[in-house]
Amino acid sequence: MNRRLFSVIGGALLLAVCTPRDDSTARAAAADTVTVEDVQAGATISGKVRFTGTAPRNPSIDMSEEAACKAKYKAPPTEENVVAGAANALANVFVYVKSGVPAGQKFTAPTAAVVLDQDGCRYHPHVLGIMVGQPLEILNTDPVLHNIKAVAKANRPFNVSQPSAGMKTNRTFAAPEVMVNLECNVHGWMKAYLGVRPDPFYAVTGPDGSFSIKGLPPGTYTIEAWHERFGTQTATVTVAGAAPKTQDFTFAAH
Amino acid sequence: MTSVAHAKPGAHDAHHAPMSFWRKYIFSTDHKIIGIQFLFVSLFFLLLGGLLAMQIRWQLGFPGKPMPGGGILPEAMTSGGVILPEYYIQLVTMHGTFMVFFAIMPLLMGVYANFLIPLKIGTHDMAFPRLNMWSFWLAFTAGLIMVAGFFVPDGAARAGWTMYAPLSARPDLSGATYGQLVWCVSIVVLGLSSVLGSVNYITTVINHRAPGMTWFRLPLSVWAIFITAILAVLALPVLQGAAILLLFDQTIGTHFFDPIAGGQALLWQHLFWFFGHPEVYILILPAMGMVSDIIANGSRKPIFGYHSMVFAIVGIAFLGWIVWGHHMFMSGMNPTLGSTFMVSTLLISVPSAIKVFNWLGTMWRGNLKFTVPMLNAVAFVSMFTIGGLSGVFMAATPVDMHIHDTYFIVAHLHYVLFGGSLFALFAAIPYWYPKMFGRMMSEAIGKWHFWLTFITYNLVFFPMHILGMNGEMRRLYDPTQYEFLKPQQPLREFITIAAFSLFAVQILFFFNFLWSLKRGKKAELNPWQDNGLEWSLPSPAPHGNWDRPPNVYRGPYEFSAPEAGNADFLPQHVKLPTDRDPAAATAPAPAPAH
Amino acid sequence: MHWWLPTAASTFAGPIDGLFLAILIITGIALVIVEVGLVWFSVKYRARPGRKAFYTHGSTRAEVIWTAIPAVTVVALGLVSNHYWVQIKGRNSVPPNAYAIGVHVKQFEWQITYPGPDGQLGTGDDFTLRNQLHVTVNQPTVVRLTSEDVIHSFYIPQFRIKQDAVPGLTINAWFQATKTGEYEIGCAELCGMGHYKMRARVFVHTPEEFNAWMAQQAAGGSE
Repeated sequence: MNRRLFSVIGGALLLAVCTPRDDSTARAAAADTVTVEDVQAGATISGKVRFTGTAPRNPSIDMSEEAACKAKYKAPPTEENVVAGAANALANVFVYVKSGVPAGQKFTAPTAAVVLDQDGCRYHPHVLGIMVGQPLEILNTDPVLHNIKAVAKANRPFNVSQPSAGMKTNRTFAAPEVMVNLECNVHGWMKAYLGVRPDPFYAVTGPDGSFSIKGLPPGTYTIEAWHERFGTQTATVTVAGAAPKTQDFTFAAH
Repeated sequence: MTSVAHAKPGAHDAHHAPMSFWRKYIFSTDHKIIGIQFLFVSLFFLLLGGLLAMQIRWQLGFPGKPMPGGGILPEAMTSGGVILPEYYIQLVTMHGTFMVFFAIMPLLMGVYANFLIPLKIGTHDMAFPRLNMWSFWLAFTAGLIMVAGFFVPDGAARAGWTMYAPLSARPDLSGATYGQLVWCVSIVVLGLSSVLGSVNYITTVINHRAPGMTWFRLPLSVWAIFITAILAVLALPVLQGAAILLLFDQTIGTHFFDPIAGGQALLWQHLFWFFGHPEVYILILPAMGMVSDIIANGSRKPIFGYHSMVFAIVGIAFLGWIVWGHHMFMSGMNPTLGSTFMVSTLLISVPSAIKVFNWLGTMWRGNLKFTVPMLNAVAFVSMFTIGGLSGVFMAATPVDMHIHDTYFIVAHLHYVLFGGSLFALFAAIPYWYPKMFGRMMSEAIGKWHFWLTFITYNLVFFPMHILGMNGEMRRLYDPTQYEFLKPQQPLREFITIAAFSLFAVQILFFFNFLWSLKRGKKAELNPWQDNGLEWSLPSPAPHGNWDRPPNVYRGPYEFSAPEAGNADFLPQHVKLPTDRDPAAATAPAPAPAH
Repeated sequence: MHWWLPTAASTFAGPIDGLFLAILIITGIALVIVEVGLVWFSVKYRARPGRKAFYTHGSTRAEVIWTAIPAVTVVALGLVSNHYWVQIKGRNSVPPNAYAIGVHVKQFEWQITYPGPDGQLGTGDDFTLRNQLHVTVNQPTVVRLTSEDVIHSFYIPQFRIKQDAVPGLTINAWFQATKTGEYEIGCAELCGMGHYKMRARVFVHTPEEFNAWMAQQAAGGSE
């Protein structure tokens, strides 16, 4: 009789343990947490990313099967594998501090969300960065079904749907990961890449290929530039005091 | 009319020290209490399954519109009250799962196998009363585990109640991480409950029949339940095995069902349907058996073709093992197998047809009393016929190519499971209610419930044949995405409104059931003037049933027999001057252990 | 509102619709017998004071009749059905001149590979489109079904063709369209949350239209 009662209570406890957990594990601020003011006081590494050779043609996307999205374009849209600017500037390169940040230093993630918008059956932006614990707000501006499938190794993968316009889904990421791949399975050309970092030392190049990483304390850093087609490149940069440093990257088109 | 000379009912009660509330009603080994426990829990799951169905119908009737009350559901299920696609397929999956495994199967077997067998064969209790108790608590636990699926991260299983792999084996493809796992664990536990229960039912029927209760004097309800128990004990372990393989694929990196590393997607289907087809006969045979008892009683005539009916039950059960491939005609399995399974499937319609004609034969030239049980039992015959005949379309493989995985199948399965099994339960519940609870359910409410259910039920499910003929696929969150399905939206809306009405009408049944527990008319010994052994006991039947098993002198359906004189029934245990006492049949029933 | 089977647009529709109608008539007769019987008996034999039921345990003759007639009927049905089944899905059912198209199914789209101007699948001029199936009218077409991930099902209701696409298997499904026009592919096996969104358009062209379309595609054309 007592054995049975125990099993019933144990079962109930087991169920209580398996309640849905919120993904946003907000880290308690540690003693040496860096604040926004500290970051703004540090040095800056900036530069330009280019490529040599001829850029491969981005295939055009046939959106005939999704009239609502096709209607948003005058000219047929193309995939964004290689987005080139003037003088072979390379956009959508994720540049970040791979190592060199003193161990044990914690950074509070901003509470403001990074917004990923699905508009015209494309992700905007195509490449983005976010801090561990910072909310990602996924917005659907299209009146059609998109599902957002996050393919991740260090973080918990997820796969959620947004069948109509105006829907918002929030997610946070608990571990650094370069890159978390985001895809829509209803529209197979839709891809986005999310770099999750424990610190704010990252940037994504715009159409002019430039990036700027601010607020670095003095030290020697390994900077990595990541591109979805051309791969990665690293460079070592030493920062002393508040003097800005320049670091360019050049990829070879292949 | 001779007196019941032998057993003193309820004398067994005096052998006990008074039992605590817990031992008497919660952890009971009395088959009748266990049957009643199954009844309450299963009716809850029936209601839960119905609630899930109402949400499915909301989305289909009013796609993309916020559901009333949808706001209370979490963001993972609804957005602004609108059902999300991943929640929709959870609804579809869990509706089927709860209805098949936690409502209909336990209502037929857990309730009536338990309640009726010892009473109808004339013994104190099951062969293994403590095992019987475990069977209930395992089923209850499995139910809790299954409900937990909605509360684990990422939500419940969502690959359909048929759980096809590789979708069910790959959380990255289904989006369900723990939910699919929970489903498998629950099914393994439930399978154990079924197997233990069946062992009890089979052993008890073989070994503990009262003196004179020969095989061919058993009521058809007992025959059907007995054969069903054999099906269950052989089929459920196959499902358990498949669920364990699926569990391994989901957790420890095996690939039984995933070709990514040498597995076979079709293996799941073969295993599942090898269980699944006998399962659907598990879901109908006990219903057929109880309907036979009730129609014979309501017609005041013996069942027409008793021996044929027994052979038909055995025939259905036997053939049921070799038809599973008819669920897989389009699966990519060898088309030659399509031919062989078509033959066996067409053949299995014959014993079912025999049963329908025998029920008609029973009513022919009878003296029909249309009580609530009789109304529901006759409706069973009517609607099971529709469901069974619609099966012929699917058996013809070329036609199946068009209607497989469409609403034609949904119509078919609901006609046999709801029009069939559930109407049989709407007959059986009020029929044996007096013997369970000592009171009668209200005939007046029962008649309103019957007619309103019959009408709304047909309005919901008959139009689904039309949707299926047009090619409407199953499990679609939003059929209006397709040009060829858009014009059918008025019919889908109609079905939804009818479904809401059908669900609302069930309030009458649940109210009747619960209210009558305390306020129903007190029941006499034999309110239906039936012949079964159970009707010789007080209402409700006492613990231990009889002190000594009764003697049995004849078959169960001797209504309007000339020997009965002025009465139009002649119970099995009543000794006429021309009857001789039977020799003790098989082994004497042991005193029940506690 | 459609109250019947969809328009018939392939060579399969004739036999399948014919078989459907035959079964409808046979089961319809059985249904009428049973339902009318139930209602008639319910009315005619309802209990009235002083009536007694007719005491009988059955009739062997009746059993034989109502066993034999259904049995013979279903055997006949089986023979006819199997004849068409072998024609549609049999191991040697694909016509030798069938135009081969590759259909690779994945969550949640149909990737359709055309053999290009040389008419051969698996050569350099093949090209793949999403969610658009182009075929020629009155020409046998065979679709080589493969799946990337889970089980899907290739279903064109107006052609009455359905075939599951199974990961790990390559399955050939053939059909011959008989009416030009535009139709739809629906996925007929639950494949995940986007199952309802797996719609593709089917274009049945005259041979001239098809050749023109093929030439345009080969030139790297847009839709």
